[in-house]
Amino acid sequence: MSQLGTPMVDPAVERRANRMMMVILAVVCALLALRAVVGSSVGSGDAAVTEHGFGLVYVQEAKKGFVAEDAKEKAADGTEVEVRRWKPAAPGQTPEISWTEWNEVTAGEWAAAQRARADAPASAPLVTVSWPRTAGVWFAALMTLAVLSFLWRDNPVYKLAESVVVGVSAGYWMIVATWDTLVPKLAGALVPAWTKAHLMPSLESAGVDWWGLVPLGLGMLLLCRLSARVSWLGIFPLAFVVGTFAGLRFVQNIESDLLAQVATMFEPLVVVKHQVLAGADATATAPIDWAGSIGASLSALLILVGVLSVLAYFFFSLEHKGAVGGAARVGIWYLMITFGASFGFTVMGRIALLAARLEFLFDDWLWLIDPSGKH
Amino acid sequence: MSDRPNESFLARLDRIDRRWIFLMMAIAVAGPIIWVGVTGRTFPETATPAVQGAFDAIERLPEGSKVLVSFDFDPASAGELQPMATGFIHHCQLRKHRIYAMTLWAPGSPLIGATLADVIGNDPSYRYGENFVDLGFQAGNEGVMKQVGVDFPKAFPNDSKGTPLARIPMMQGITRLSDFDILISVSAGYPGGKEWVQYGVSPTLTQGHRLPFVAGSTGVQTPQMIPYYPVQMSGILGAIKGAAEYESLVNAKATAPGETVPAKYQEAQRRMAPQLFGHSLMVGLILVGNVIFFAGRRKGAAE
Repeated sequence: MSQLGTPMVDPAVERRANRMMMVILAVVCALLALRAVVGSSVGSGDAAVTEHGFGLVYVQEAKKGFVAEDAKEKAADGTEVEVRRWKPAAPGQTPEISWTEWNEVTAGEWAAAQRARADAPASAPLVTVSWPRTAGVWFAALMTLAVLSFLWRDNPVYKLAESVVVGVSAGYWMIVATWDTLVPKLAGALVPAWTKAHLMPSLESAGVDWWGLVPLGLGMLLLCRLSARVSWLGIFPLAFVVGTFAGLRFVQNIESDLLAQVATMFEPLVVVKHQVLAGADATATAPIDWAGSIGASLSALLILVGVLSVLAYFFFSLEHKGAVGGAARVGIWYLMITFGASFGFTVMGRIALLAARLEFLFDDWLWLIDPSGKH
Repeated sequence: MSDRPNESFLARLDRIDRRWIFLMMAIAVAGPIIWVGVTGRTFPETATPAVQGAFDAIERLPEGSKVLVSFDFDPASAGELQPMATGFIHHCQLRKHRIYAMTLWAPGSPLIGATLADVIGNDPSYRYGENFVDLGFQAGNEGVMKQVGVDFPKAFPNDSKGTPLARIPMMQGITRLSDFDILISVSAGYPGGKEWVQYGVSPTLTQGHRLPFVAGSTGVQTPQMIPYYPVQMSGILGAIKGAAEYESLVNAKATAPGETVPAKYQEAQRRMAPQLFGHSLMVGLILVGNVIFFAGRRKGAAE
């Protein structure tokens, strides 16, 4: 008899499964090698070529240049203000600001550009493989496989992927918190001129907002929790946060989840629906839609029975015997069906996420499918 | 050769290594993806009332209506929600609505730019600041929702590029949430559709002008959202199935019969074949599991 913490599968079965999985892994690796050797036919017509490999990203350069244009505009208060606008540089005009964008192109467009390269003028935009973006696709594919490898068993590759995700997420959130909260809302409130000059040129502020000292003080108190001697000071900001959210949620939950939901219960049990005639709205003069009416009436009845029976199940002041017990049993059925529906939705969500990852592997990485005509 | 020769088939199934089940699920999902990818065929979809309600809510608005779209999701849930976001923006573009995009999820900010560029990037009739605007991310969860309800420019003083709202033409006349004609939330969790109902829509119920609200939600969140339909929400796209139904409605409006639908507008429909086979396998496994359980119980009782 198996106990908690011991494997459910006996060692002999696991050894056999391990051998089979290694065979499957070897077959997959062989297919990948074959995929790289055989190559893919990209492009069409005369421009069709065979590309050996997969997971490549092609780009085309697009040079952007802008020149400044100063103009005078009337502000909201009627005064004239100088405004500098940027417009695209005309052909032959020297831009004051310029840069190069690399836009993704399909493998077919790349193949056509390779064919036409000999006759193309020197100024023709360059179409080439983007190695940084190609590395990005390969990194994403290998990370996907690394995470999925956990299904095999816990392993160092999975641990690496997990650590990368945690590290990148932490770094991302720190940057977001700094530039979306600390800089504009704290520094921008307390030292707006300095913040605008050194950190955020687009900051618009009416002046120093001394209310910014309140979150600063609460934040400093929260940091006190790092020290055992003064950690008690951290209780105050936590109390502020908990109290604020409790008050905020109390009102909104009563309004939206209690009162509004109770109001929707007060609906007629017998619903009469009329057929919708082509080119006209449903009116009382139209014939009765019997199927729709019976369906809507049954739906209203099911909701009423469901609410009362589930309430009976959670009503513990009376023993669940007789009529109350019967209603409670109906309530259990309602709850089980609800949980089943939730489980079904969860399965749907998880399969959708798996399908999205597999679609990425088969499309962007392996070039086995091409729904959007990229390859 | 089995190490337990007298063991019954059901007993062997009971001891099956879980990795065989993972492999079966991988094949059940991967096979249809390749089939759909190679043939380009998808299943026909019929819209359920909740999805039809979402479609009608956007469809019945007059041209040029102000639509606030909140991208409350991140790349981790894009597999389910990106088709909804694409579908909503595509539908708004077809109806020539003005699109105000925002997010309460920090990783959602790049998704706004990518979706807008993907759907309306090459449409010359859509000019940034006049027909669509990317308001970006704002920290504060429910605090932002409460704030936009009373003072929108205070919650979003700039767009995602740092341009003050006062300099964006389409922001003229937007002072609070109820100035929009409809609110759309593509929601992966907290904060998202549920909080928008609580802090954004419900207060307008008591103000006499209910703000029409439509949501797209993940499968996990959908059961929590359904009680709000149809009073507090005009419609809901539940999980990838809802997205596929909505895509089919929008595509039917956007393309003439026989015309090819671009692949980017069929993302959810492509994922319905893997759903069918994945769910069939899951149902089969549940049935087999129950057969094994009851057979084992009967055998135990007999012994």
